[in-house]
Amino acid sequence: MDKLMSDLKTQIIAQLNLQDTKPEDIGDDQPLFVEGLGLDSIDALELIVLLQQQYKIKLSNAEDGPKVFKTVRTMAEYITAHQPQNA
Amino acid sequence: MFEEKGSELPDFLVAVYRHFELQYPKFHKMDYLSKLGWLANEILLQDVFDKEKYKPEDIGIVLSNANSSLDTDIKYYETTKTIASPAQFVYTLPNIVIGEISIRHHFKGENAFFIAEAFDAGFMEQYIGNLINNNILQCCICGWVDVLDKNYNATLFLIEKDKSANSVNFTKENLTKIYQLQNG
Repeated sequence: MDKLMSDLKTQIIAQLNLQDTKPEDIGDDQPLFVEGLGLDSIDALELIVLLQQQYKIKLSNAEDGPKVFKTVRTMAEYITAHQPQNA
Repeated sequence: MFEEKGSELPDFLVAVYRHFELQYPKFHKMDYLSKLGWLANEILLQDVFDKEKYKPEDIGIVLSNANSSLDTDIKYYETTKTIASPAQFVYTLPNIVIGEISIRHHFKGENAFFIAEAFDAGFMEQYIGNLINNNILQCCICGWVDVLDKNYNATLFLIEKDKSANSVNFTKENLTKIYQLQNG
């Protein structure tokens, strides 16, 4: 899980062009939106693209988005539970 | 004012951003057209512009270029061959650069983006003159912001209804003279 969360932080920075942010600046349980990393609705769509591109996972229910993308940890948990080879 | 010899547009834009020590994380998410226009506007307004003189509704932006948002349209189209990029899609209109500038400075006045083969000083004088003479605007940022592949150009003017010490008259001739001076 730690390796996956570390990878995710690097991928989030690259996907969202967060050039002033380093992976170590993002806490495992830090909120990604609003008061945390300050991501917006377009960033949310880019995170869905990241899941598809990097992990071949399609978010089946859009209403799950706020829970899945709450923190790096919740993203990692969702990926672990939904990776095709684990299905 | 600033020179970055031999650099490609992406590196040039970041170099300008760093040179002027700007702090605006969203800059890095913009497309090249928005970055170029946004930076040109930052430089235009630094030191000389007192926005406190105006209400947000009094400050407008009128821009033009030859290639619309084609530079980003092409990049976005490439992403659609795999997974379409939402972040690219939101920049597939040329007037988004006006939005980025307006968000930065809280400008809420009339705005427009026109596509033309070349900078048309006569049109700018007529269009913006009409907005100012009819008290729709008290102030307007206008000019040319164009990007396509490796070619780019930004030339902006600050038009204010009230004259200041170093201002020149807002005429087609003066716009043309300054534009030509900047662009050879």
